[in-house]
Amino acid sequence: MTTLSRNAPETIALSARSVRASLGNGPAKTAVLHDVSLDIVAGKWTSIVGPNGAGKSTLLKVLAGVLPHSGTVHLLGRELHRIAHRERARQLAWLGQNEASADDLTVWDVAMLGRLPHQAWLSAPSAADQAAVENALRATQAWDWRFRALGQLSGGERQRVLLARALAVQAQVLLMDEPLANLDPPHQADWLAVVQALVAQGTTVVSVLHEISMALHADRVVVMAQGRVTHHGASGDAATHAALVNVFDRRIAIHAIEGQWVALPKTHPGLPAVVSRSQLC
Amino acid sequence: MMQPRAWWLLWAGVLGALALTAVGICVGSAGFENLLQPLLHPQLDPGRSAMAQQIVWEIRLPRTLGAWAAGALLGLAGAVAQGLFRNPLADPYLLGSASGASLGVALALAALGGGAGMLGGNMMNGSVPVSVFSSSVWVRLGLTGAAFCGAVLAVLLTLVLSRGVGHTLRLLLAGVVVGVVLGAMTHLVLLFSPDSLQAMQAFMLGSTAFVGWTSCVLMAAVWCVCVLVAWLLARVLDGLSLGDATAVSLGLPIAPMRAALVAVLALATGTAVAQTGLIAFVGLAAPHLVRSVVKTTHGHLMLLSSLVGGVLLMAADTLARGLIAPQELPVGVLTAVLGGGYLLWLMHRGQAHEGGRA
Repeated sequence: MTTLSRNAPETIALSARSVRASLGNGPAKTAVLHDVSLDIVAGKWTSIVGPNGAGKSTLLKVLAGVLPHSGTVHLLGRELHRIAHRERARQLAWLGQNEASADDLTVWDVAMLGRLPHQAWLSAPSAADQAAVENALRATQAWDWRFRALGQLSGGERQRVLLARALAVQAQVLLMDEPLANLDPPHQADWLAVVQALVAQGTTVVSVLHEISMALHADRVVVMAQGRVTHHGASGDAATHAALVNVFDRRIAIHAIEGQWVALPKTHPGLPAVVSRSQLC
Repeated sequence: MMQPRAWWLLWAGVLGALALTAVGICVGSAGFENLLQPLLHPQLDPGRSAMAQQIVWEIRLPRTLGAWAAGALLGLAGAVAQGLFRNPLADPYLLGSASGASLGVALALAALGGGAGMLGGNMMNGSVPVSVFSSSVWVRLGLTGAAFCGAVLAVLLTLVLSRGVGHTLRLLLAGVVVGVVLGAMTHLVLLFSPDSLQAMQAFMLGSTAFVGWTSCVLMAAVWCVCVLVAWLLARVLDGLSLGDATAVSLGLPIAPMRAALVAVLALATGTAVAQTGLIAFVGLAAPHLVRSVVKTTHGHLMLLSSLVGGVLLMAADTLARGLIAPQELPVGVLTAVLGGGYLLWLMHRGQAHEGGRA
């Protein structure tokens, strides 16, 4: 793992030390994270990438404080599990993958859940809450269907509402697990703009992404494999690209196209081509 | 922010309950007879008015209001169960809590040597008869306590067997198993205490026939407590509907709140079962009915389900009394038939919807 020491001292938003975590119970329990240590720089966008089953989502859950683990996690210098629940919830928002869908809540109600950590128990939403929810729903272009039930939306529309829920928290640190699931390309581009705007305002963003080209838009990239962090570096670094190519068994190639890094899959050299080149032309 | 449709349903619930109260006090063993007239104009026929007053005040009004309270408790319990277990099929009965409650009542009766009470039993010797039909405050409290303990234990047993609430199918199967086993145990207990058998028989079919003012006040008091606690914890249910992890990430202390909600579920079910026996499907149908009209947060859903549950049971009870007068149907039998039909229709409609989407 490369350390970050080239630039001036950076604030660390999240730091994990010797983290181990398991999934499942009893005999089915399997270790997913093996001794992970990681520093997430504040005010930057970090993407976590790696093959399926590398432990990316599990690491994100540990960082969010929603999964039991050994080792320590610090949020802005304070030990995560010592921070009061509501205070932590105001500082750190987490968007999970495949969140159970609250089919009967309206889009507005779901986004308003993001304001729970800010509201006194039983108090009506304040003007600030309303504004935060409106901004979040407009940012994900979900404002027009705010009175519809979540169950009446398509997968991509639902994802945008859940994203709005996480944005509405207005936390300093935002963790997102596969935020682009089911989103079409225009809305992926909108998401990119939202994240870049948040980072410009000083928010720390951490995302788990399987679209490598999207992940390479981030400031920093964490590469994971088999429950370990194998590389952590700037997204433009050749070493980061090499680590990515390695972790995917050299089955991807990273090219610079129109000023963007683009990862393209490569067919396996040993596999027969199902479609011949002449058919493609 | 309460939606217009929710307001509409709220008023429909309140007006429906008032109308059914008026109808309910006029329906008895003689079928429908207008008792409102002698009640409101006593000067026309003082003798008839006094009799009407006695019938209404001592029998029909507590029974009618009791039906509302029991239905309201079941409707609330159903909404809590469906939110808590994130499962639209969860109801107080499917999780075994009602069977647990009735086992609790049967055990209490057998232990205290409770007989048939009004049907004979130990009315003669002057002591307080321990019976499901008793109107003594202490007997009612004791039976409610026993039902509550039974309900809590049954729900916990279901949760242990299903290893948590995460797996819907396992939860429902565990609930069914617990329900069947506890039901069998109830029958076993009754077999060994034949005195209580006849009374329990009527009780297990579900009936509001023996609800007096004591039961009525008890249910109303428990309803107030349950609604208050449920309202306080409604946001937890909203948060939980996005999954446990998201609820935790929102800073909700879900473990203690979930325990409190299970307690509300058991208290509401236990109290209703201890007064009126096993009345099926009200707890399942009420939240579904509300959701088919308005999509709203759990705070409103629980309140509206409770109102709708009360109206449903009141309507069913009035029907049960009037349909084959002077005979009377056990209201539990009627709700089972009507509720079962409603559920089938719901399933059919659900399939049609899915088919349309695919």
